[in-house]
Amino acid sequence: MSLPLPQPTGDDAEFWAAARRGELRFQRCTACGRFRHYPRPTCPQCLSREFTWEQSSGHGTVYTCTIVRGPTLPAFETELPYNVVDVLLDEGVHFVSQVLDCPPEELHAGLPVEAVFVLASEEITLVKFRRAG
Amino acid sequence: MSAPTIRDRAAIVGIGQTAFGKALGRSEYDMALEAILAACADAGLSPRDIDGTVRYDMETTDEENLLAALGNPALGWFASSAWGGGGAASVLVLAATAIAAGMASTVLVYRSRARGKQSAYGPGAHQGGRYWERLGSAPLTGLNKWHVPHGLVAAFQEMAMIAMRHRIECGTSDEQYAEVAVAFRSHAARNPNAVMRTPITIADHHASRMISDPLRLLDCCLETDGAVALLVTSAARARDLRQPPAYILAGAMAAGGHHVRLSTFYDRERHDDGAPRAARRLWAMAAVGPGDIDVACFYDFFTPLVIMALEDYGFAKPGEGGPFVERGGLAWPDGRLPCNTNGGQLSEAFIHGFNNTVEAVRQIRGTSTAQVKDCELALVAGGNTDPTGAVILRR
Repeated sequence: MSLPLPQPTGDDAEFWAAARRGELRFQRCTACGRFRHYPRPTCPQCLSREFTWEQSSGHGTVYTCTIVRGPTLPAFETELPYNVVDVLLDEGVHFVSQVLDCPPEELHAGLPVEAVFVLASEEITLVKFRRAG
Repeated sequence: MSAPTIRDRAAIVGIGQTAFGKALGRSEYDMALEAILAACADAGLSPRDIDGTVRYDMETTDEENLLAALGNPALGWFASSAWGGGGAASVLVLAATAIAAGMASTVLVYRSRARGKQSAYGPGAHQGGRYWERLGSAPLTGLNKWHVPHGLVAAFQEMAMIAMRHRIECGTSDEQYAEVAVAFRSHAARNPNAVMRTPITIADHHASRMISDPLRLLDCCLETDGAVALLVTSAARARDLRQPPAYILAGAMAAGGHHVRLSTFYDRERHDDGAPRAARRLWAMAAVGPGDIDVACFYDFFTPLVIMALEDYGFAKPGEGGPFVERGGLAWPDGRLPCNTNGGQLSEAFIHGFNNTVEAVRQIRGTSTAQVKDCELALVAGGNTDPTGAVILRR
C-alpha cells in the first residue's frame, strides 16, 4: 500500500514548495521574530498576521522519540521497527519526523540531528533527519 | 455579581450501561439506546422526561437518531463536548451548565462505541474499529499531514513520545507503569462487567510485548464495544428521586495542546497546558484539595498518562507521579489514592472514558465492586493530553 502523503493547502503550500527545493522553511513573525510550526495565519505570541517563510538551519536535537514496533498502517509495515522523533530545531520549533540510518539503541533525547530531504512524489518531498556531524 | 459557578447545582441521578466486550457485533445506535433506557430505569424517570442531551463530538448516535428512537417531543437543548476522550468529564460540565442556567431540567449524557478492533462497520473515521486504520493512502488533509507520513499514525504512538519525554525529565520507570496496570487489573478482577479479569503481576507487564517504546501492550487501554449513559438533573429535584444523588460539586474545562500535534503540545510549559489549568479552576470552585479526594477516575488510555495526570491534578508534585504509584499507590483498598476502581479503560472497557465516570457515581452511591469506605468525594478527569475537563462528584 502506498505511503499516505500530504495534500498542500493555502496555509502550507510554501512549506512544501520549499521542501521540494531542498529547503526547510518555517513561518517567522515579522513583528516579534518568533518562528512557528505548524503553519497558521497568526503569531501565537503577538497575534501579528505578518510573516515570512524563513529558512531553518535544519539543525536541532531529538526532544523525544519512540520506536514503533506495530501495529501500524500497512504502508509502514515493511519498515518495522522504525523510529519517530520530535526534533527541537535551533529556531525553537518542534517538528515530527524520523532519523534515518539510526539503530534503535543509538537513538536518544539530545541527539544532534540535521535535516535531509527525501523525495516522496512529484509534488511532495518529506523532511527527515540524520545524525549530525 | 457572584462568580460564575456550577458548584452544587446539578446531580447525577441515573446510570446505565450495556455489557462490554471485544466484538459484540452490535450497532452503536442499539447499544446507546440500551444504555439510555437502563439509565432512565435506574433513575425512575421516563425517556420522555429528557429535555436536554450532551454527547461526545465523535458520537454517532446524534440528536436526530435519538429523537427517532425515543420519539421525545421534549428534547430541546443539546450540545457536544470537544476532543474525544479529552471531553470525558467536560460532558458533565456542559450538562451541569445547562441545569444551572435553567436551559434544561433532565439532561442525558451518553457514549456508545464499537471500538473493538474487529468492530468497524463502515469507512468513516468514527464508524467503529480502529480509527487510524482508515487513514489508508488517501491524500492527507488537515493536521495529519505533519506526522502520518513519518509513521506516527495512532494515539498509542503519539502517547509513547509524550511518555518518553516524561521519562527523560522525571525518570519514570517500567516498574511504575506496571504498578498502574497491576492495580487497575486487580480492580477489574472484582468487577463482573470488566472485560479483562485475570490478575496480572509486574512480571506479566514486563513480559508483554513492546508496542511503541516505552509502551508495552499492558500499558495500553483495551479495544472494546459497549455503551454508557447517565442522567443529570437539578440538585433540588435529585433529592426526590430514587437513587442517592451524586452531586456535581465542581467542574472545569480548559483548552490546551493536543497529543496529535506534538509541535504545539510542547509549545508551552506543562503547567500552562489544559489539564493543569482545568485542575486549578476545579479546586478553586470546589473549595477542596487533592488531599480531600477519596477516589479518582483518570482517563487511563495509557499507564504513563495516569502518572502524569496525578501531577496535573496536584496529587503529586511535577515529576513525582511515578513514586506516587509505587507499592500499590493506586490500588483499592489500601493505596494512597484508589483510582479507576472499575478496572478503568486498561481492564474494564474502553468506552472513551465514560465508563470511568459511571464508576465514580457508583463510588458516591456506595455500590462499587471495589467500594472505598465512606466515599464522599470522587474526581473524574478527561484525557489529559487533549483540551480537557474534570469534575468532582460528592455524596
